[in-house]
Amino acid sequence: MPVSRSAKETLDREFLSFRAKLIDLAAALDRMERGEGTAEEDPRWEQLQRAIELLASGEPDRAGRMQMLFSLPYDPRWRSGRSP
Amino acid sequence: MNFIDPHIHIASRTTDDLATMARMGCTVVAEPAFWMGYNRSGTNSFHDYFRQLTEWEPKRCADCGIEHYAWMGINAKEAEDVGFAREVIAELPQFLKRPNVLGVGEIGLHKCTGNEVTTLETLIDLALSSGEQMLFHTPHLEDKYKGTRMILDLLAGQPRVDPARVCIDHCEEHTIRLALEAGHWAGITLYPTTKATPERTVDMIEIYGPERILVNSSADWGPSNPLAVPDFMFTMRRRGHEPAVIRKVVYDNPLQFMGQSRNFHFTAPAESSE
Repeated sequence: MPVSRSAKETLDREFLSFRAKLIDLAAALDRMERGEGTAEEDPRWEQLQRAIELLASGEPDRAGRMQMLFSLPYDPRWRSGRSP
Repeated sequence: MNFIDPHIHIASRTTDDLATMARMGCTVVAEPAFWMGYNRSGTNSFHDYFRQLTEWEPKRCADCGIEHYAWMGINAKEAEDVGFAREVIAELPQFLKRPNVLGVGEIGLHKCTGNEVTTLETLIDLALSSGEQMLFHTPHLEDKYKGTRMILDLLAGQPRVDPARVCIDHCEEHTIRLALEAGHWAGITLYPTTKATPERTVDMIEIYGPERILVNSSADWGPSNPLAVPDFMFTMRRRGHEPAVIRKVVYDNPLQFMGQSRNFHFTAPAESSE
């Protein structure tokens, strides 16, 4: 049930919101950089780096793929390890 | 336009919140039993909580003109202690008979441990053996995808499950398709920082359509908003959706899902003008 809305209309409607979110993210990264030491060893930092790359990837379903980036893996054989 | 909040923790909200919800058009709420922010020390604490959800909160809502329904269960976080959980589950049948109870919920997984799964299997068996609908909590954040898949695996292995009488709640972009393709209802929770925002919820409805979607606030004692459903309705309107579609999601769908419960006897009031 898509609403008839062009990409340009979405940009017009949401440009300021996009801009605000990106500046907020940029400021948070700056805040980290100003802090003492580094967080580069933290696996969450690596996740964030990959998420930022995903934003610029130009591929579809960024939201779904970003969710998977922050998700633990699922093993379809999970029940085989359980005691009966 | 009237709306229904099919998942909200009224016990954590003030009467002022209820009055504001009513003024915004809320006519019905459903309150699943959940974790109250601390682990309870004994079965009696659960007993009293179940009484609160079936005796006191319906009255408090009725005073504001809202009809209150409840789901009975033990939440995933307190399900880790299997022995304790079994004692709580033994309390459930007497409450499932109460007139405002829709079924077993919210049950599910938290950290997806073996003990959680053992308790969940007992709860699913209770629901199936007594013909109850089920409402599933899916885990938070990084555990959500794995936990949702595990819950769906458990349900798929049960031939007695009617998928249309099951809601998989707290769906997001990476789990909503899984719930819908399995034939279940998909709940989407509007939260300020975790779960989904109104804009992302509208995106999911535009992608997957409005069928078998329930949108809720899940407002509780944490950062949450009891007016999240009206916020979502406003976002739908701003994005050009017809009133009939908005009404389907926030009113007709919950009526259809909850109407499958033998205890759901809601009579719609005259619609207020928009």
